[in-house]
Amino acid sequence: MSSEQKKPQKTIPIKAESQEKTVSFFEAHKKIYPRSISGKFMNWRWAMVWLTQLFFYGLPWLEWGQRQMVLFDLGARRFYLFGYVLYPQDFIYLTGLLIISALALFLFTAVAGRLWCGFACPQTVYSEIFMWIEHKVEGDRSARIRLDQSGWTLEKVWRKTLKQFLWIAIALWTGFTFVGYFVPIRELGGELLALEGGWQIFWVLFYGFATYGNAGYMREQVCKYMCPYARFQSAMFDKDTLVVSYDALRGENRGPRKKEVDYKAQGLGDCIDCKLCVQVCPVGIDIRDGLQYECIGCGLCIDACNNVMDNMHYPRGLIRLTTQNAVSKGWPGSQIWRRIARPRVLIYAAILLGLSAAMVFSMAVREPLKVDVIRDRASLARIAAGGKLENVYRLQVMNATEEAQTYTVTVDGLEGIELVEGREVAVDSAQTRGVAVRVQIPYGTADSGSHPIEFEISAQSGKGHVREKSVFLVPR
Amino acid sequence: MSDFVNNFWSVYVAGITIVGIVACLVLLIITARKKVVSDGDNTTGHVWDEDLRELNNPMPRWWIWMFVITIVFSLLYLLAYPGLGAYAGKMQWSQVGAYEAEVEKAKAELEPMYARFTAMSTEDVAKDGQAMAIGERLFMNNCAQCHGSDARGGKSFPNLTDADWLHGGAPENIKQTITQGRMSMMPPQAEVVGTAEDVRNLAHYVLSLSNSPHDSLKASLGKSKFTACAACHGMDGKGNTLLGAPNLTDDIWLHGWGEKAIVDIITNGKMNEMPAQDKKLTPAQIDVLTAYVWGLSNKPGTAN
Repeated sequence: MSSEQKKPQKTIPIKAESQEKTVSFFEAHKKIYPRSISGKFMNWRWAMVWLTQLFFYGLPWLEWGQRQMVLFDLGARRFYLFGYVLYPQDFIYLTGLLIISALALFLFTAVAGRLWCGFACPQTVYSEIFMWIEHKVEGDRSARIRLDQSGWTLEKVWRKTLKQFLWIAIALWTGFTFVGYFVPIRELGGELLALEGGWQIFWVLFYGFATYGNAGYMREQVCKYMCPYARFQSAMFDKDTLVVSYDALRGENRGPRKKEVDYKAQGLGDCIDCKLCVQVCPVGIDIRDGLQYECIGCGLCIDACNNVMDNMHYPRGLIRLTTQNAVSKGWPGSQIWRRIARPRVLIYAAILLGLSAAMVFSMAVREPLKVDVIRDRASLARIAAGGKLENVYRLQVMNATEEAQTYTVTVDGLEGIELVEGREVAVDSAQTRGVAVRVQIPYGTADSGSHPIEFEISAQSGKGHVREKSVFLVPR
Repeated sequence: MSDFVNNFWSVYVAGITIVGIVACLVLLIITARKKVVSDGDNTTGHVWDEDLRELNNPMPRWWIWMFVITIVFSLLYLLAYPGLGAYAGKMQWSQVGAYEAEVEKAKAELEPMYARFTAMSTEDVAKDGQAMAIGERLFMNNCAQCHGSDARGGKSFPNLTDADWLHGGAPENIKQTITQGRMSMMPPQAEVVGTAEDVRNLAHYVLSLSNSPHDSLKASLGKSKFTACAACHGMDGKGNTLLGAPNLTDDIWLHGWGEKAIVDIITNGKMNEMPAQDKKLTPAQIDVLTAYVWGLSNKPGTAN
């Protein structure tokens, strides 16, 4: 590598007075005391808290006909979703839903950074709720710091007890609601009070404990140290992605000043270095250091800074949601909007739209009937009365409607092929039934070997029609 | 195979396991901190590509405790459960033991339900929907492999849905068949019968018993040879359920129909076995299964 050799030797600046010392790669966790703030982004956060939590806590209580609207009955392996009865065989829909969710995450991230993290992720939303309780019970940032540093006074005891009580109540209710998606929620309360159902109690407590621990204590550490999305989301970013940014050109040099003086003459920027943006940050970073992977994009620092700018009678937006290009090139808002329609975003949107359409179409034309045809392995074929050759199959008929159905079974694919037994199969609502059917062909009408045949199963009510492949074996 | 000769592999595996766990602990300790020459700029002292330096971005300390907990857990686990070479663990846990415990638990749970069926007569059990649903599953898991999922059998595997029973079709006969199994043997008769021509004549006589297509001249020649068969199948050829000798006068041919098949059986004999199920199934399960099999050929409204 001749080019490398030509490079001028550079000396790494290690100062002469620097000395050997031990650094630890682990440190004690520093508790963050976020200051509460009001503003546009805070309102959006609360709107999302209400939206997501009304959905989560409310959905299991809704009824659909005679049953819970959304119920994932793991014991019976039936998944009730509005009018649908899904079987484990419908797992592909869950896969589709997860892929759509992932693509939606990519799309939102490409457009406006970590919208999910800041506004919809359960980790953030529950932390928000728990912090709100903390704020109401223990007071704002400075009061909480003071309380934590004080001795165990009576006031501290009752405030901490009340907080714990409220936290645990919400955590348990969250666990209860979660389990209510898997067992009928209307009966769950009574069963839990009667201490019935060990696993249900376990999962209520487990999910409750996870909520309590994550939202009460782990908080930003989950995002910083555990969440994989936080680590790979930067791959979806580009210079046109909306991110929470500090306008350093406008803000520097930062420094305190008197309201009335001409700070620009003193060489100061718009940042008065009040550190409110740091104090409100739920992950404890300083946005003025630039974009960091810890930033969850909640925008609270924007709210804080805008309030300060208003007080100072400076224009808003020293910290704002903008793109890297817009800051460095001084683009107006219209240009930011125009750059949203860029290939990355359009491709994500197109794939997302295509998959969603395919999913909706697939759900709309889904047959509420599934059939598995299992050819009896033990017997090859047998000779039946009347010079017929007979094969035996077991049909697993899965009724995915919520009414009893009678199905007509026919078979085709070979000359003279007919069904001897099991022409009609009755299956109860949302049940599975296995029936043995015998299929015969006249002896000598087919060569020895395996012949493809097809079963056709259709509901007499018209709800469900399926064709299933199998083979008919003719011995030598 | 050296397991049988010495315990080398056991010691080898246990040694690697222990060394691995200890290595994890050592690695954890020596990588947690490092002596660096730095000027207080919070870098790790790691410099590469001439001037790139790595910022120290420390993990929270509780993280290191999770590593320690996994190490402690692994040691406790290896003490309690089998995993360290051939060491069986303090809890004496084994896969076989866990399986047997589960089977015992399931049996205990099902006992009250089976007790209800045991108290009933076979005929009543056969009318009980719940019992028949259980019976069907038992049949599918234990019988359908040979008798087919429709119980109509196949060549050498008897059809259980007709009225023809090799060992009797009463509930107690069926129960005995399932419990103890059956072993039927037709000895080779060629030497007793005589020449190959005699055997063929006898085969035609056997075919004539059920009015199957046959050569009546050969059949009349073969009739006298039937004495060799009569000991088991009876003079009239109607068989004997005590011996499991099939009825030769009906149109049911368990081991194949036609001159060739019959000649083959007379010449070579036949051994056929139904394996005993008493080791696999409980008496209560056998009762339910008996009722299910009995019910196959005794359906209400069926001509049989």
